Amino acid sequence: MKSLKNIFQEKENLLSIFFTAGYPNLNDTTTIISELANNNVDFIEVGLPYSDPLADGPTIQDSSQVALQNGMNLDIVFEQLKAIKETNSKPLVLMGYLNQLLKYGEDKFCQACLESGIETLILPDLPMVEYENHYQQLFKKYGLTNVFLITPHTSEERIRKIDALTEAFIYVVASASITGAKGDISNSQITYFERIKTMNLKSDLIIGFGISNNETFKTACQFANGAIIGSAFIKELSKNGVSEIDNFIQSIR
Amino acid sequence: MKFQPNKNGYYGQFGGAFIPELLYPNVKELEDNYLTILESVAFQTEYKDLLQHYVGRPSPLYLAKRLSEKYGATIYLKREDLNHTGAHKVNNTIGQILVAKHLGKTKIIAETGAGQHGVATATVCALMNLECTVFMGEVDIKRQAPNVARMKMLGAKVVAATSGSKTLKDATNEAIRYWIQNPETYYLIGSVVGPHPYPDMVARLQAVISKEMKAQLKMQTGNENPDTIIACVGGGSNAAGAFYHYLENENVELIAVEAAGLGVHSGESAATSQLGEVGVIHGSKTILMQDEYGQIVEPYSISAGLDYPGVGPLHAFLHETKRAKFMNATDKEALKAAYELTKIEGIIPALESAHALAVLPKIKFKKDQVVVVNLSGRGDKDLETYINHLEK
Ligand SMILES: Cc1ncc(COP(=O)(O)O)c(C=O)c1O
Repeated sequence: MKSLKNIFQEKENLLSIFFTAGYPNLNDTTTIISELANNNVDFIEVGLPYSDPLADGPTIQDSSQVALQNGMNLDIVFEQLKAIKETNSKPLVLMGYLNQLLKYGEDKFCQACLESGIETLILPDLPMVEYENHYQQLFKKYGLTNVFLITPHTSEERIRKIDALTEAFIYVVASASITGAKGDISNSQITYFERIKTMNLKSDLIIGFGISNNETFKTACQFANGAIIGSAFIKELSKNGVSEIDNFIQSIR
Repeated sequence: MKFQPNKNGYYGQFGGAFIPELLYPNVKELEDNYLTILESVAFQTEYKDLLQHYVGRPSPLYLAKRLSEKYGATIYLKREDLNHTGAHKVNNTIGQILVAKHLGKTKIIAETGAGQHGVATATVCALMNLECTVFMGEVDIKRQAPNVARMKMLGAKVVAATSGSKTLKDATNEAIRYWIQNPETYYLIGSVVGPHPYPDMVARLQAVISKEMKAQLKMQTGNENPDTIIACVGGGSNAAGAFYHYLENENVELIAVEAAGLGVHSGESAATSQLGEVGVIHGSKTILMQDEYGQIVEPYSISAGLDYPGVGPLHAFLHETKRAKFMNATDKEALKAAYELTKIEGIIPALESAHALAVLPKIKFKKDQVVVVNLSGRGDKDLETYINHLEK
């Protein structure tokens, strides 16, 4: 498996896809990952379904609920990912909520990530101050990197601080919003993307939240190393299951 | 000052601000300003004036003679039920609406369980001419219908939370999601929960309860300290207020009463301290009802205001350090206590407050033990539940 670092060095216009593990069916995880890999998705975000996903809109909430009803849990996700560790060629990023890591056991969780081929975490409710006080050390011990989010309301000073702490990439949240496809990208969003771009940060940038189709993906790529599609992909899965993943990805690129 | 939070909002290991980056500017703005505002002369003058002339404070401290006789102790009721809007919740909403105004906010959102906080928020928004949106679980909208009607009459928009258990937890989730998407709004949280500085700010605003209690006890008994204070705990705001000025005085016994629903271990309960473990909910590290994978467990109580799978971080700390004793009462025990108070004292309590009363038969009192039960609210909103129960 290539590391995220390599991917960012080698390519531009990176496409990342988010999906909820256990949706639409419990055992779709590995099929979805291999389909995405075969269709040249550059890296893959595996979402851990959570009962109370505060930063997520209805689409991802619903998929989480279904996944949990399907019986998905952390042990099963890690087992599924371990089984494809040797064959999977694309970097995996795990997205979940802090309470899942806390309850599973911080060390046990990190160890399981390592064994499952996960190198990067996105925990939207892990704030920077807690990261600096504790989690930075913990993640380092296991060679894991953490992704911070920035938003249209994040101050320049704070973005600089996040840039300094970043080892993976910065997740540029496209608007003041929870997850969910929105259609077009507005002029004020463009102004915000330009502002971030001209800050000349050392970190790589990925834009996400509301990226849903070829047009929004292309626009996002003008200002960042690539973009993440989540809810729009979940909607595709809910319509066609795993059978039309290739068509969906081709429609984006 | 063992029971005050540190600068990051921690009571021991509990508290903090576990919020998505999207909320950081809002929470930071509040954190940077709340103490200055609360301690300012302008705020204090207006807050005190409204509490006195609008809310009707001080709320009486009533010696419940027949209740005392029955349980062999000297039992006082702190009459938060007599406040304008019918519960302690208004102490907090008056304070926070002034904070919101000082911060220049014009749009207010809130979550509500029993609807008391929703009504108290809609009330102060009407008073201050501010736009108000209240999130309420679909289940609670049904079981607290009178409060939904009151909120609407007060001009608030009531939004149904239809996810999860459709109760207080889910209403809070929806309020937070709305806040993320509308960062210009002020989130007026109704209990000592949520990210720092909310737990501390709400506790300070409810502290008026124990401040008055001290003066009233001194007047009525000659001693400002009771032996025991009993309060129900949903998120924990009325308890925090009733305990606040006694927290550092370990001679005063503090009893927090949680809702046991159909029984603590029945699978239908909201007794967080008995069933919960350390976790993060609504931006705060606290004790929380969850499964082995950290999924939040849906709580149950007949009382919408206590139907919450967490407690505020202060209460988690009071539990861990054993500064407060945590007891609980089932639906049945609470109903029985509500009927009892109504019959022998002529006071119909809120179902939440009835949980605090329901532990009286479970405690062995010394003969002259001075006990204050915080009667957090009145039972008008629960009449339908009470009547249904009466018919059975
Ligand atoms: C009358 C009354 N008491 C108590 C509560 C529980 O809240 P807290 O634990 O924050 O006091 C409520 C909540 O709605 C209430 O309406």
